Amino acid sequence: MPNEGLFGVHGAALEVRSQRMGVLASNIANASTPGFKAQDVDFHTALAAVENATNTGGDVSIKGALQYRVPSQPSLDGNTVELSTEQTAFAENAVAYQTTLSFLNGRIGQITRALKGE
Amino acid sequence: MADQPLTIFQVAGRAMSAQLVRMNTTASNLANAGSVATSADTAYRTIKPVFRTQFDKATGLATVNVESIVQAGETPNKRYDPSHPLADKDGNVWESAVDETRELVDMMETARSYQNNVEVMQTAKSLILDTLKMGR
Repeated sequence: MPNEGLFGVHGAALEVRSQRMGVLASNIANASTPGFKAQDVDFHTALAAVENATNTGGDVSIKGALQYRVPSQPSLDGNTVELSTEQTAFAENAVAYQTTLSFLNGRIGQITRALKGE
Repeated sequence: MADQPLTIFQVAGRAMSAQLVRMNTTASNLANAGSVATSADTAYRTIKPVFRTQFDKATGLATVNVESIVQAGETPNKRYDPSHPLADKDGNVWESAVDETRELVDMMETARSYQNNVEVMQTAKSLILDTLKMGR
């Protein structure tokens, strides 16, 4: 196990989910900008990068894990944002963020109970 | 504002402003559809906003700005109507050539984009509020 902290992998996962939300929001914001290239996060690489940065005290950035999206149907103005894809990814990411939050909340509750000796 | 790192709220907020500018140009175009002038130069021409992505190096986020508003579309149509009060000495008036169908389609796309950004903002807000309640 690379991360043996109090919260396991979930701290880093929350960070990645939070930054991915920004990336997807940028895509949706630029849905009608000609020439904009949509990006998304390679979750595996990003999680490894953030975990590594947390352990070494470095910069928790997922920029190294950003990849350009390949459009299923190229548009004439060079924009590669496909709203259906982005909306699905955004919704999925929001649910995953909330899942990570509930994992963290569960862990906090568990430890609080253990400390109180209930 | 410009030198501060962008937040997800600014990304969605500025995109909403940009879409609102686009909606305003559509409203102007539709309001002036079929308006008449004495010369081709003074006749109304379709206006369109030019969107430009604004990247934020610090956070990796990208929002959108309206770079400028340009005149686009067809040249005004000449119509022979000597009885018209705005007719020139040859009896011609110039009618603005606003493509109403295109404007209405544009309006719908603008409204959808705006709604998407509102949705992004609401989701981000509720997630951040949930994060603040962590451990309670």
